[in-house]
Amino acid sequence: MLQRLRENKSAQGTLLALPTMLWLFVLLIVPLVLTLVISFGRRSPDGDVIFTFTLDNYIRLMGYHTDCPGGQSRCFDPIYFHILWRSLALAFNTTVLVIVLGYPLAYFIARSHPRKRNLYLFMVLIPLWTNFVIRVYAWMMLLRKEGGINIALGWLANLLGIPFEPFEMLYTPGAVLVGMVYEFLPFMILPIFTSLEKIDNSLFEAAADLGANAVKTFLRVTLPLSMPGVVAGTILVFIPVMGTFIVSDILGGRQVILVGNLIQRQYLDARDPTFGAAASLILMVMTLIVTYFYTRRFGFGEEIVAV
Amino acid sequence: MAEFAVEMKDVLKQFVTPEGDVLAAVNHVSMQIRNGEFFSMLGSSGCGKTTSLRMIAGFEWPTQGEIYIEGRAMGHTPPFQRKVNTVFQNYALFQHMTVFENVAFGLEMEGASKDEIKKRVARALEMVQLTGMERRRPRQLSGGQQQRVAVARALVKVPEVLLLDEPLGALDLKLRKEMQLELKALQQQLGITFIYVTHDQEEALTMSDRIAVMSKGVVQQIGTPVEIYERPANRFVADFIGESNFFDGTIKTLTRTEARVYVPELNAEVTGLPVSDGLANGEEIVVSIRPEKIHITEKDTLNTNCFQGRVINTVYIGTDTHVYVEVGTAKLKVFEQNRISRLDPGAFYTVGQEVSLLLPPENTLVLKKK
Repeated sequence: MLQRLRENKSAQGTLLALPTMLWLFVLLIVPLVLTLVISFGRRSPDGDVIFTFTLDNYIRLMGYHTDCPGGQSRCFDPIYFHILWRSLALAFNTTVLVIVLGYPLAYFIARSHPRKRNLYLFMVLIPLWTNFVIRVYAWMMLLRKEGGINIALGWLANLLGIPFEPFEMLYTPGAVLVGMVYEFLPFMILPIFTSLEKIDNSLFEAAADLGANAVKTFLRVTLPLSMPGVVAGTILVFIPVMGTFIVSDILGGRQVILVGNLIQRQYLDARDPTFGAAASLILMVMTLIVTYFYTRRFGFGEEIVAV
Repeated sequence: MAEFAVEMKDVLKQFVTPEGDVLAAVNHVSMQIRNGEFFSMLGSSGCGKTTSLRMIAGFEWPTQGEIYIEGRAMGHTPPFQRKVNTVFQNYALFQHMTVFENVAFGLEMEGASKDEIKKRVARALEMVQLTGMERRRPRQLSGGQQQRVAVARALVKVPEVLLLDEPLGALDLKLRKEMQLELKALQQQLGITFIYVTHDQEEALTMSDRIAVMSKGVVQQIGTPVEIYERPANRFVADFIGESNFFDGTIKTLTRTEARVYVPELNAEVTGLPVSDGLANGEEIVVSIRPEKIHITEKDTLNTNCFQGRVINTVYIGTDTHVYVEVGTAKLKVFEQNRISRLDPGAFYTVGQEVSLLLPPENTLVLKKK
């Protein structure tokens, strides 16, 4: 038995992968199937799931209610549609901003002296040592009316003799965007840094040697060769931003509701797991579609170029 | 046209090591490279040859001194404004571009028209025998083909000087020899000045019109391959290029053309040695003779410059037999060509055999100790 296992490489591989496969099956595949089943169910008056097959939850997500004012059988209310659209737009904006902010920093770190490089990377990673929620609360302290930013601005205005009215920054879409960008910046910087660092210095020299100035070298050599990092970072940022609810909960209050908040509230507050399950699946499908088209256009980031 | 394609005038390049020491990678080097010449910089790693090349390309700037290209002082001119192009050691091809795009890159930077680019790239690829490979990616090519792309990419810009930094280092021996001859033929056909950096003495001897032998940031000798091999300027060059037997000696008598030298190791005098300028009577010098220039015979002779010895080892290497002979306390290496086909590898000389060695004075050099 043991002897045969020794000779069979593929059986060895299966055996090694078995624990992980079991884990994924029990904790990913099974819940996913359950969620799918529940999403076609109906909520009982006391918040339990009645297993049946109805598309009511999906129809509701598309904006059609069954309990309408004025006795209509179906009426249109785009609220969920708005939530979905808002989540998509926020994820898009966050990703773009994170690229715009993260790329130059990643470039700076990759081009810095090797001995300083680790220090800079360390500094990028330090915020991740603090709990996610605590970091979001810290932003609340900065953004609220009596918060750090308003105090600083007020002091500056006072110095310049300008009348100053504190800004309402907390509980706005802008606050959520700032929070998201802050939380996910490291996840863009690291993959871009990795792909920039892999570019051999002689390629920049070759470009200069062939007549390219700094701008042309960047556009024709550096940027294309670092695209795998940008793609990987985008996937790492876009997907979680689509689903997260903590940032919008704390910095957006009741004003900025995202799909994540919707799902969370269906499960906890509204006690309607069937609708929550349907929203979860819609979120997943949306994310998959966006990622699919994105990776079809730019690849998976696997074409890391090494010289 | 300026007198020299490239001229280095008293160029010093210092680096600061991580320990904070100042290191002169290139230590007051001057050389003049003529138009249309195949010029090699030869030396082991750290001798300053690559740094010199990089300064000509514009990747590094001299700490002191000046580099002239076609008579123009380069100062801090950036690489993209110099009329030289480089073939890099690792080729430095753009992996995200096709072969065509790689070669076209430099022409696009000049703002050449699409038609012109097409025509010139086609001609460059034809020159390096890569026609039909336009749409391949560098990764899909063999090492030798990548090497050719790198050459085409640099030559398509018609530089005044082509700089090559150990371009054949990554190829296997047979391919390297082929490419050596091809590059040399290409250079003669185009008439472009080539500056070629290598640590491979055979490569330098095969290809170059002139060679600069460098060591520790200093030029030891500049000359044609024959000059460098037959009349090395000092012990370092004689040792670095080919092989040599060296003996410490003292000049006993000195005329304008000849010297008589006492060699303690042989416990004998060597006479009739040709001398160059700058030697003094009584000076401590080094006597040098190449192993293939020693005559070895079985007979006991009493000619001048003839020494009796005993064979201590023989090594058969195909074209030659290397015979190691002990004379006095000295060990000499003698290369004897295998002109006669025999099956017994020890047919000529056997260990322990008494032989006599003749050191022909015209082949025996007196070198400064330095």
